Amino acid sequence: MATVEVPKEEKDAHAASAPQQSEPKTITLRIARINPSEQHEPKFEEFKIPVQKWTTVLEAILFVKQNLDHSVAVRYSCRQASCGSCGMKINGKPRLACYTKISELDSPVITVEPMNNFPIIRDLAVDFKQMFATHKRMKPFVINEESEVKPGTKEFVQKPEDLEKFLQFSYCIKCGLCNSACPTMSTDKSFIGPQGLAQAYRYTADNRDKGKNERLKIVDESHGIWRCHFAGSCSYVCPKGVDPAMAIQLLRGYLLGFGK
Amino acid sequence: MRESIIMKIHYGTALGAVALVAVHILMRLSQNFSDSLSYKNVLVNYHLLPYALMLEVILVLLSVHGFNGLRVILLELKQGRSYERAINYGSIAAMAVLIAYGSRTILMAGMGVS
Amino acid sequence: MAERLSNREGIKGMANPTRYGMLRVAYWLQRLSGLGLLAYLIGHIYETSTILNGKAAWDNMLSLTETPGGHIVLVIVIGMCVFHTGNGIRVMISEGGKGIGRPGQPEYPYKAVSLSSKQRLCIWVSIALAALAMMYGAGVLFGN
Repeated sequence: MATVEVPKEEKDAHAASAPQQSEPKTITLRIARINPSEQHEPKFEEFKIPVQKWTTVLEAILFVKQNLDHSVAVRYSCRQASCGSCGMKINGKPRLACYTKISELDSPVITVEPMNNFPIIRDLAVDFKQMFATHKRMKPFVINEESEVKPGTKEFVQKPEDLEKFLQFSYCIKCGLCNSACPTMSTDKSFIGPQGLAQAYRYTADNRDKGKNERLKIVDESHGIWRCHFAGSCSYVCPKGVDPAMAIQLLRGYLLGFGK
Repeated sequence: MRESIIMKIHYGTALGAVALVAVHILMRLSQNFSDSLSYKNVLVNYHLLPYALMLEVILVLLSVHGFNGLRVILLELKQGRSYERAINYGSIAAMAVLIAYGSRTILMAGMGVS
Repeated sequence: MAERLSNREGIKGMANPTRYGMLRVAYWLQRLSGLGLLAYLIGHIYETSTILNGKAAWDNMLSLTETPGGHIVLVIVIGMCVFHTGNGIRVMISEGGKGIGRPGQPEYPYKAVSLSSKQRLCIWVSIALAALAMMYGAGVLFGN
C-alpha cells in the first residue's frame, strides 16, 4: 500500500490560497487502483490531502491528479451533478463524487472505489455500455404515430398534472448509482435494472406516448420488472430525486391491472 | 408462461395461504397445544373431510408459493440458458414431489391407513 | 474472471442488509424468513407423515420435536411467519403501485417519496407483530 504525503511547500501553497477564515484540515484519501488487463483485485493507494469544508470528493481526487499522481483514472465532466459521469463508491456507498462534500462524510479517511455492478475500465472509471444498451431497449422516446410535427395536426395538449406524472423520472442523469446499489443487480447480470425500468415508466406514463404495451412486453420477462423486490436502495442513492423504486412499482401496477 | 402471470399466482397463493394457515393454527389453539398434537386428536383432524381438504389446499398453496420464491432467488443468483431451464423445471418437480408426499399423508391418514 | 471484471458484488452484496436503509433490511428479512419457512414446510410435511407409521412412530417424533429446542425453533418459525406475512402484504400493495406516494417535482435534498415514513412504519409494525406473536407462541409452548 503506497502512502504519498503532500510535499511541505505544496501544503503551504494550498494553505496560502485558502480563504483566511477557514483552516484546511488534512484527510486521507484511499483510491482503489486497478487495471483489469493486469490485475484482478484493486490495490489501495493513500494520499494525505488538505481539504476545506466545501471540498468535494471529486476536487480531492483532482487534487491528487494535479499534484501527487496524475495516473489516477477518473471520469468527470460538469462538476455539478448534471452529467452523471463521476459516480463511484465513496466510503462504501455509491455517490456522485462532485456532489459529495468530504465534510458531510464526517470521516478522516475517505475510500473511493469503482462502482459495483459495472465492468471496471481502470481505477475509478467504469463501463456504462450495458446500462446504455438496456436504456435503449426500453424505447426511451415517445411512440406516437400522430406526431405533432405532421402537417395538418394540432399541437398535443399536455396539462401540468399530465406532466407531473413523469417529470421527476425524466431527471435521470444516467449516473448508474441506482444500478450499483440494487441488490438484484449484484448477482443478476441479465436484470434490466432500476435505471432502465424507471425510464420505461417515464415514457409509459407520458400521455403523448402510445408504446405502453410494447414496453410492458419488454419488461415482463424472467429478468425484467419482477426481479425488483422493492428494497428501495436505488431511490436511497439517487442524487436527483428520480425515485426509481416508485417508477418501478407504478409500472408494475400496469401489469397487475391497478394502473390506468 | 409470462412472468406477470407467475407472479400473480405467487401473490394469490400467498393471500390464500395466510387465511388458511391462520385457521390451521387456530385449530391447534382450540385446545391445549400438547393435547392437540396427540395421536388420537391428529387422526380425528385427518378424518374430518373439510379439515383434510383445507390441509390439502394449504399444501398446494404453500408448495407453489415456497418453491416459486426459491426459483426467483436462484434465478437471480446465476444466469444461463441451461441453468435457468433446470431451475424452472426443478422447482416444478420439487413442488410436485412435496405435494404428492404431503397428499399421501392426508389421503392415507384420512382413510384410516395408519 | 469475467465475473470479477464485471465487479458485481455477488451474494455478499445482495445479502448485506446494511448501507441502504430500512427497506433493504426488510428485503433481507423477507428473503431469510421465506427460506426459513420453506425449510420448515418441508420438515413439517416430513414430520407429520410419521403418523402413517402408527402411534409409536408419532410419539417418537413428538419426543424429538416437543422439546425446549423444538419449541424454540417453533417460536422462531412463528416470528418468521408473521413477519413474512406482514411485510409481504406491504410489498404486495406497494408493488401494485399503491401506498408509495405520487410522482411530483423533486426538491433538494431529494428524499425519495417511495421510502416514506409510512413504508418504514409498516416494516416496524411487521417486526412488532412478529415479536408479539413470538411472545404469545412462547407462552403457549412453554406454558404447557
